[in-house]
Amino acid sequence: MSVFINKDTKVLVQGITGATALFHTKQMLEYGTKIVGGVTPGKGGTTVEGVPVFNTVKDAVDVTEANASVIYVPAPFAADAILEAVDAELDLVICITEHIPVLDMVKVKRYMEGKKTRLIGPNCPGVITPEECKIGIMPGYIHKRGHVGVVSRSGTLTYEAVHQLSQAGIGQSTAVGIGGDPVNGTDFIDTLKAFNEDEDTYAVIMIGEIGGTAEEEAARWVKENMTKPVVGFIGGRTAPPGKRMGHAGAIISGGKGTADEKINVLTECGIKVAPTPSDMGATLIEVLKEQSLYEKCKTHEVVTK
Amino acid sequence: MSKEKTKKERNKFCSFVIKCNNAVVSNFTQKGKLKGCGSLNIHEYQGKEILELNGVSVPKGKVAFTVEEAVRAAETLTSDVWVVKAQIHAGGRGKAGGVKVAKSLEEVETYASEILGSTLVTHQTGPEGKVVKRLLIEEGCRIKKEYYIGFVVDRATSRIVLMASEEGGTEIEEIAEKYPEKIVKEVIDPVTGLTPFQARRVAFAINIPSKQVNKAVAFMTGLYKVFVDKDCSIAEINPLVLTEDGNIIALDAKLNFDANALYRHKDIVAYRDLDEENEKELEASKYDLSYIALNGNIGCMVNGAGLAMATMDIVKHYGGEPANFLDVGGGATAEKVTEAFKIILSDSKVKGIFVNIFGGIMKCDVIATGIVEAAKQVSLHVPLVVRLEGTNVELGKKILRESGVDIVAAESMADGAEKIVTLVEQGGNE
Repeated sequence: MSVFINKDTKVLVQGITGATALFHTKQMLEYGTKIVGGVTPGKGGTTVEGVPVFNTVKDAVDVTEANASVIYVPAPFAADAILEAVDAELDLVICITEHIPVLDMVKVKRYMEGKKTRLIGPNCPGVITPEECKIGIMPGYIHKRGHVGVVSRSGTLTYEAVHQLSQAGIGQSTAVGIGGDPVNGTDFIDTLKAFNEDEDTYAVIMIGEIGGTAEEEAARWVKENMTKPVVGFIGGRTAPPGKRMGHAGAIISGGKGTADEKINVLTECGIKVAPTPSDMGATLIEVLKEQSLYEKCKTHEVVTK
Repeated sequence: MSKEKTKKERNKFCSFVIKCNNAVVSNFTQKGKLKGCGSLNIHEYQGKEILELNGVSVPKGKVAFTVEEAVRAAETLTSDVWVVKAQIHAGGRGKAGGVKVAKSLEEVETYASEILGSTLVTHQTGPEGKVVKRLLIEEGCRIKKEYYIGFVVDRATSRIVLMASEEGGTEIEEIAEKYPEKIVKEVIDPVTGLTPFQARRVAFAINIPSKQVNKAVAFMTGLYKVFVDKDCSIAEINPLVLTEDGNIIALDAKLNFDANALYRHKDIVAYRDLDEENEKELEASKYDLSYIALNGNIGCMVNGAGLAMATMDIVKHYGGEPANFLDVGGGATAEKVTEAFKIILSDSKVKGIFVNIFGGIMKCDVIATGIVEAAKQVSLHVPLVVRLEGTNVELGKKILRESGVDIVAAESMADGAEKIVTLVEQGGNE
């Protein structure tokens, strides 16, 4: 089991003929992801990497019965690509593209209200269910199949956490990069909820960073609802104190978005916070041992260098 | 003139609270084409120009680059009181002596020559201050009451939010702390935009007199239009003033723009003042690198903003001080890495470099090639610790090993941080 994606997920690649998309399409196919089609307006009827290309998402869905898409479309056109995928009623859209204007995303979010599609990203590394399905840009080989859910706002920091877990013999159920943009799709709480309901996930590691109040809200949700242990890390503890964090936006939500404030709230809500980014794996293992979950989560032999 | 009276005069004729425009932390969390910036900042007079063009009331004023221009500007303004305002991208200008009220053309000349070319040190410029190269000469106005109006994008609701308060002239953070009940908010639906009823609700809530409510509504809807049309990340009017003659005008204007949207706003890009930007950060932005100068001595080069922040955290954890934040981004080339190195080393405080790369899109062999190339080009004279992980890591490590460059390899980010801190300490003791 896993969250959001699995071996049966049928994936479209939007913007498949671009250089980045092509590189990652190859990587995803090698990993075993079911890429059933690509979309590039004007390139319909062609084939790349053995994958049929369509002019519109609707055409692609009609033919391939895809239920998910991944977007590598350049930023000026990416918001429209998300809208097109939502309109075609895909279950899941993962937007890798970074630098999308924030007001474009404000419109996208409004459009998505009441629609069935789940959006992950933008500006995220994607989602991977190890040894089943990889959608995004993460290096596949660091992941091992297992029982720890990973959710993170930061791409490379997710890899760091996954790597630490895999090296310590702890596999992952699914790793979800939700992206760091101020306005994005799936958030920490949505993902934690999914992990909570997934019977194959025994524990979760949540990686946040300074700015906004998403981590605090997630921590409160965890305290109220989560039946599985959650471990956290907050990046940016030593970032120089900005005079105005997240601009005046922080005033609206209350809270200041500092690392210390986040760490305090997480701790109060029963989430053990890794003291340094190098201790993310170790902190999780500590908690697994406390909760007698370590043996259940140990999925492979420890890698020794 | 007595001190008390000066203060009173100043309060009466002008107000000039400009806020921190470069939130250091948001620089880390937001990425943009203007790397290391996230948003584009412009001068007050430019912001007012945009407002005026869009029908939002501002005092009459003109920009001046010389003392003569300042006097000529004052002459063309039909007023007997002028405000001479230093134009720099930092708040706290008033307290630093960058804003003066002149009662005659002679005074305009005196103040203009005092302020132009002077270095203003405010709580936002850093100790080195900023040299004033432009002035705004503005008509003075008689203020009856000051308000605060601001639009921002709210993460929590994914909407634009209008914030307002009757406690104008004070920084919004301070209002939020002292009188949280005096901040009103309206969440705006992008389908309808800011509706007149919402603007009215705000106007009444902040106690704008009934007679002026319609003017305030027009002001708010006009400002909202600018925010949306120009892709602002913040539009803040503090203070918005009610004048003795019953007008509602923006006495100060702070507009910041979403760097990711600048591709569709050539007019805004033209406002960019490179004098106001950190030289190294500017150089970095040319290569699409996100760089922020800090005060320590350990140069850091990392891919990904989150990992870059975490790397600074771990360097500090081992007792070191990062000299910079540098995110080389996802699709770095060998050339980009070389430039990143040059920028790090152009900071004379740097006594060691820590490279921490977790390759995803970015391949470790590309990074390694860039590092070797850079080390050779700049004749590296400080210790270099490299931690590589991710796509093509073995190939990357091989390139480093066989390069002949003195590179200390690290097995993990903790190992690397510990090594660079130790090496820099040893270097300092020699």
